[in-house]
Amino acid sequence: MSRTGWARLAGFGVALAALHFAPLALNPYFVTILARIGIAIVAAASLQLVNGFTGQFSIGHAGFMGLGAYASAAFSVYLGAAALDALGGALPAGLARLLYFPFPLLVGGLVAAAAGLVVAVPALRLRGDYLAIATLGAGEIIRIAILNVDSVGGARGFSLASDVHPGVDLRFDSLAGVYGVAVIAIAAIARLVYAGGGLAFRAVREDETAAESLGIPTTRVKVEAFLVSSFFAGVAGALFAHSEGYIHTNSFSFVRSFEIVTFVVLGGLGSLSGAVLAAAVLTAAPELLRGLGEWRMILYAALLIATMILRPQGLLGQRELWPLSRLAAPDPPSS
Amino acid sequence: MRGASRAAAFAACTAFAAAAALGALACGGGPASDAIPVGHVASMTGDTATFGRSADAGIRMAIEELNGAGGVLGKKLELITEDDRSVTEEARTAAQKLLQRDHVVALLGEVASSRSLAAAPEAQRAKVPMISPGSTNPKVTEVGDYIFRACFIDPFQGAVMAKFALGELKAKRLAILFDFKQDYSVGLADFFRDTVKKNGGEIVADERYTSGDIEFRAQLTTIRAANPDAIFVPGYYTELGLIAKQARELGINVPLLGGDGWDSEKTLEIGGDAVEGYYFSTHYAADSDDPHVQEFVKRFTAKNGATPDAMAALGYDAAGILADSLKRAGSTDGPKLRDAIAATKDFAGVTGKITIDENRNARKDAVVLQIRGGKFHYYRTVSAE
Amino acid sequence: MDNLIQQLLNGITWGSIYALIALGYTMVYGVLRLINFAHGEVYMMGAMTGYYTARALGLATEPSLGGLALVLVTSMLACGLLGAVIERVAYRPLRGAGRLAPLITAIGVSLFLQNTGQLVFGADPKFFPALLRSEEVWRSGDVAVSNIQLTVLVTAVVLMAGLEFIVQRTRFGRAMRAVSYDAPAAALMGVPVDRVITGTFVLGSMLAAAAGILVGLSNPKIEPLMGLMPGLKAFVAAVLGGIGSVPGAMVGGLLLGVIETLVTGYLSSTYRDAIAFVILVLILLYRPTGLFGQPQTEKV
Repeated sequence: MSRTGWARLAGFGVALAALHFAPLALNPYFVTILARIGIAIVAAASLQLVNGFTGQFSIGHAGFMGLGAYASAAFSVYLGAAALDALGGALPAGLARLLYFPFPLLVGGLVAAAAGLVVAVPALRLRGDYLAIATLGAGEIIRIAILNVDSVGGARGFSLASDVHPGVDLRFDSLAGVYGVAVIAIAAIARLVYAGGGLAFRAVREDETAAESLGIPTTRVKVEAFLVSSFFAGVAGALFAHSEGYIHTNSFSFVRSFEIVTFVVLGGLGSLSGAVLAAAVLTAAPELLRGLGEWRMILYAALLIATMILRPQGLLGQRELWPLSRLAAPDPPSS
Repeated sequence: MRGASRAAAFAACTAFAAAAALGALACGGGPASDAIPVGHVASMTGDTATFGRSADAGIRMAIEELNGAGGVLGKKLELITEDDRSVTEEARTAAQKLLQRDHVVALLGEVASSRSLAAAPEAQRAKVPMISPGSTNPKVTEVGDYIFRACFIDPFQGAVMAKFALGELKAKRLAILFDFKQDYSVGLADFFRDTVKKNGGEIVADERYTSGDIEFRAQLTTIRAANPDAIFVPGYYTELGLIAKQARELGINVPLLGGDGWDSEKTLEIGGDAVEGYYFSTHYAADSDDPHVQEFVKRFTAKNGATPDAMAALGYDAAGILADSLKRAGSTDGPKLRDAIAATKDFAGVTGKITIDENRNARKDAVVLQIRGGKFHYYRTVSAE
Repeated sequence: MDNLIQQLLNGITWGSIYALIALGYTMVYGVLRLINFAHGEVYMMGAMTGYYTARALGLATEPSLGGLALVLVTSMLACGLLGAVIERVAYRPLRGAGRLAPLITAIGVSLFLQNTGQLVFGADPKFFPALLRSEEVWRSGDVAVSNIQLTVLVTAVVLMAGLEFIVQRTRFGRAMRAVSYDAPAAALMGVPVDRVITGTFVLGSMLAAAAGILVGLSNPKIEPLMGLMPGLKAFVAAVLGGIGSVPGAMVGGLLLGVIETLVTGYLSSTYRDAIAFVILVLILLYRPTGLFGQPQTEKV
């Protein structure tokens, strides 16, 4: 690896270490907000793939998040607790947890991806607004279905605590973990869109009929976008479940879907960095505005409207910030 | 140029919002140095705002009265209420903000069990006592030894009405219509169902609705067809009035039974003639002779322009128990305060004589009220044993 | 059998409310291709306006048909104005800015109205004054029809007939149809597109307000968040009937009301809300243009 490569890796390592130890120094209140920002970033990045880069209006994203949250939580409570307990006995605590936690995240992601496939194959036959409302419907159906599954609590919500192994802490408190996953998500999606065949996504966005006539398998491209997107939405949900410690279907309603759509649109449809930025700012904003009491949500809504009227292309339009800008517009070949 | 002026307007809006946010942050500083900060996590906005605000009004009045009488431990109590927008995870952040930034000595809240379950681990971790005025899911106090509640739990109240139906009304065929989105209603329905079955009764219809619904004729028509002797509706007053009206319109004349979720003047206001003759269990009777209760109702009505509902009364008592425990503990120290709350015995609240039991739940008698002549009337007491 | 008839009656009455709200969605979509998510809040405002008007005029103690008519008209006018204001302030600046920006703005307006409603009206549910005294008008066995149900149905039908008349037989209606068919061409033909669009919003909002009053009459509990679910479901009804089609919205609303009631009564009350979304998904999969809609060809 080149010198800059090592330097970058070192910088990355330092950042991760800082995040890992930060919770010890910071107020838990701030740690929670930071964790939520990280999760929002993953959710926004995953939606940007479908809405921003592939041009398909999906507004039911919270359904996939919810599925990922509940699937991973059920996995942890019913299967994982035993595993973590055993691991914790054999290995030092930190290592055991490091080894264990990718699993619930994967489970969440995969279950959500499977749902994404089930929704995508029929829904992607639709265009524009029709697709939007189909995804809205799918999100709500998923939420109501989960509400009726008694083994994950129903109206009482679901606690990440196993009755069989009560001492095992199934919560995933690590900021480093959350942001590590966020970086992986952003990198994966950026790679997908900006490297090699990634242009296909944007071709489908620009003009689906023209793309089809050029030989791009548009349905396959759209389904792929949906699959990857719902996978990461599921991962975001799993992160949410494990950092909160208690989940309820109220957190995954269409209001949440709209929030994520807002991140993506405000950031700029087609800008990954924009989605990330907007997710961070808009997740922190309600907390900053707490002092305003009842006026908080009114101001928030007004701000949303004002932003859409005055700058509909969002913060960044389709541009990317460093380091993604290097991927998006690679250096011209030296002559 | 349009582009430039738009960009300028956008920048101005953002700057304004940022200024507002910073201003709000700056103003939200710590409590006055000689006051005892008490936190309240409540749904002041969002879909259960009506309950959160009720509880807050009750707590607020209690705190004002205490401060008027000289405060506690020589200092005034300062109530800091944080809104969780009726969103589950926001209850956790609200609790964290109160615990970590405002350094409250105790947390009051929440009204909904799901939000209490989200907030309680934070209080437990911070070793700050939390008293929920109205969460009835048994799991809430199981979170840890710093978590208490001032109300009944579902198993008790569900059984009260089941036994009342079977024993008092001699109703063998029972129907249930519950709110499956609210864990309060789900819990009560579950325990009612169990008790009925265990005691020789029969559940002939089991229907559901969601809080916020206003149309129940479909479910009621199905219930009517099953011919029950009584119908248990363990929901909130927000839906109850309409359920009763529509039941009457459909010709259903058997009694409806409920829990303390009915306890509000809105039940009478919205239900009108339709709720005549129905029964429900609750914590106190507003027509009780107890001067303490009468005083409370009078003062609350004068201050807030409406008679207190169960949430307001429970909020008032939760704050009262806290203040009483502070006095007994003689300090605001977490563990000492916790022990004092746990030792609460026969506290004279407006919702009854409250003793905190070994599971940190409130042991108190339930009263069954009947609605007659457009008013709630005391009917029977069911003791806590 | 009595049960079935009762359920059908329940469903049709309830469905007529959905139909009134759905009409607003469908008309706005027809001329603007915009899903006006804030429409549910206009319905809520209609109910609230009616509440305060009825109380101000002291109609609560003296139920009368005339009082009802007065409240209805006042509320419709007020909300018509509200609809025009929303269009002018929030949607017109975004004409031509793609499809997602107005959608987000609509959501913002919806949130704004809900929260302002909670602030101004208070979050607690209110009892809508009984503008008509409830009486049983007809009974056969177990099946009962009340005068209120009848009033709701008749008013809804009259309003829908009125709308159909406006759409089919007036110049404005013709202009509306022209704009929804091909807006640029209509503009070229001298149709004042901006005014037509505003007028469409006004009409749709008036119907939503009427729905709010009728709901206040038959299900007299109102609160600031009451528009959320009915708004979404009415939207599903519009899609069911064929979004953009006025008779479609009417039929879609009635159909949704009946299906919802029958499923709740005979299958399981758990799925009352879900059923609307299941219908949505099914319709979009098997007949996306809805029952009456025109398939839209895409020019390459």
